[in-house]
Amino acid sequence: MEVKCPGNFQKEVTADYLLENIQEMKNKKLRLCAISAAWVQGKYELSYSFADDDTLELKTLRIVIDRETEIPSITDFYPCASFYENEMAEMFGVKVRFINGDLHNKLYRINVETPMLPKEER
Amino acid sequence: MAKKSVIPFGPQHPVLPEPIHLDLVIEDETVVEAIPNIGFVHRGLEGLVELRDFNRMTYIIERTCGICSFGHGMGYVETIEKIMNVEIPDRAKFLRTIWAELGRMHSHLLWLGLLADSFGFESLFYQCWRVREKILDLHELTTGGRVIFSVNKVGGVIKDITPEMQKAILDTLTEVEKEIRDLQRTFMGDYSVQSRLKGVGVLTKDQASMLGCIGPFGRASGLPSDMRVRGYEAYGMLDFEPITSTEGDSFARCDCRIRELYQSINLIRQAIAKMPAGDLFVPVKGNPDGEYFNRIEQPRGEALYYVKAEGNQNLTRFRLRTPTFANIAGLCETLKGADLADVPILILTIDPCISCTER
Amino acid sequence: MGILKFFPDVLKNLVSKPVTKNYPAEPAVYPERSRGHITIDIDDCISCGMCVRSCPSSTLRVNKAEGLWAINRFDCIACGYCVEKCPKKCLHMEPGYQEPMPNKSEEVFRKSPEVMKAEAEKRAAQLKKAAEAKKALEAKKAAEAAKTAQTAEKAAE
Repeated sequence: MEVKCPGNFQKEVTADYLLENIQEMKNKKLRLCAISAAWVQGKYELSYSFADDDTLELKTLRIVIDRETEIPSITDFYPCASFYENEMAEMFGVKVRFINGDLHNKLYRINVETPMLPKEER
Repeated sequence: MAKKSVIPFGPQHPVLPEPIHLDLVIEDETVVEAIPNIGFVHRGLEGLVELRDFNRMTYIIERTCGICSFGHGMGYVETIEKIMNVEIPDRAKFLRTIWAELGRMHSHLLWLGLLADSFGFESLFYQCWRVREKILDLHELTTGGRVIFSVNKVGGVIKDITPEMQKAILDTLTEVEKEIRDLQRTFMGDYSVQSRLKGVGVLTKDQASMLGCIGPFGRASGLPSDMRVRGYEAYGMLDFEPITSTEGDSFARCDCRIRELYQSINLIRQAIAKMPAGDLFVPVKGNPDGEYFNRIEQPRGEALYYVKAEGNQNLTRFRLRTPTFANIAGLCETLKGADLADVPILILTIDPCISCTER
Repeated sequence: MGILKFFPDVLKNLVSKPVTKNYPAEPAVYPERSRGHITIDIDDCISCGMCVRSCPSSTLRVNKAEGLWAINRFDCIACGYCVEKCPKKCLHMEPGYQEPMPNKSEEVFRKSPEVMKAEAEKRAAQLKKAAEAKKALEAKKAAEAAKTAQTAEKAAE
């Protein structure tokens, strides 16, 4: 037996085509693995990772947006995404619209707003 | 029309190993909805990556959690090795596998004790933790620490398991196997345990796959997702099958974890028999540059490690998505319609490790 | 009968000795790799500061002029990274945990006066040798410059 799936499949999408790509992932019955956010050189880089349990591959969709862009929530397709999106909104300040199960920045009980952004951006 | 009231559960509760807060909306002793609230153990470890260089961070990331600590160190170091294209020696792979499986055994025994405590069977709790002490003694013999190992580094491992230690491991495992059989007879056969666990918190296979449940929590409902089949470290050279069950209630989850204990003992015996001689590590120079998503199987499920580096000593971003975070959605679903007295048991069946969830 | 199933165990427990250890009277036995605290052979230390830079919890302090190495034992997490990084291998990890105390304090190790004096003498000897070598080099350069000036004059004549 050797190591399967040596790399990660990654695809860049724009914010407008996000929901279509998510619908495609749902049609292929992939499981939502994680939604990660990073603040790199003045922009947010969001990665939506989907896992295929049959071929053991990880497919990632990458979106690059700036501080003010709003992106739609994917909780209509994947209800479990609500926790990831709440965490992203609270820690990084990403503007996500219409989360089903929005906790209004009360998931983490910490005093500081958007702690993962550098101080000048808060 | 029954009246709804809101009861706060946690953060301090005798059954919880770590603080988590749930607002339970109840109607006459039946839970209608549960709203989770975390952040009591948040230490900002992902932000610390920008201040400490990537070699020192290994020691800090290992200390994210006390129960699944080896897995975090191994996953982080593996991700950086993949980015820098470093191939570690075979002996190091087998050593890491042995320590990972010992960690899995100690975590499952801890969970069995907590489950027994949650429905009031305290003497069974003591017996499970007494067996766990033997595994912790093995940890201290081979690595130096009872729960935090500090043996991983980028490029391999630091310490070796000598043939005397291997013999000590195999002798202890024979004793432990006999004691786990006694524990299994009580967990599976006792009438009072069965009446508290059977039929409680049922999740069907479709519900589990829609909610993204992983680890033994999802495998008990029939989803055969086990990251060890990917073949990372030495798992590609060992022989095993993911353990699943079909009922999807708390009794099936308990059964899955006990059978995984036997599977771990089997894997450790295979690894010790097949371990080749060789170096412990390869020297690594330079800084990582690139990004990678890595997944390993922790005792609680699949953990995802994302590292983004841009050629400096400090990493740009490190993200750790732990299995408990992915199972919280499944937890809130099983709580709907449950009795108030079953709430502690249901929270424990996802095996919550809250320190990992909110690094 | 069910109630007599435990009878042999009860009799055995009545006559056997306790399973627990009499801890403070009998000292605890740790395996040899157990990670408890850090010790240093202070006279071999060269005050390079590698251990200070490698500590994840910033507990070490080094001062080259005074020959000093200080550790805050309550902050140390016993990870062993400084032991690995030390170029002279003068740091060691010993078993045995930190005892509880009323307040946190630093433990300071200083080099013995003989070793400090020997190092100061070695430094002075090295400086003197470097100064002499520099003087010799300058003298040689001056002599060569004079020689090339002389040959240039002769060629011009």
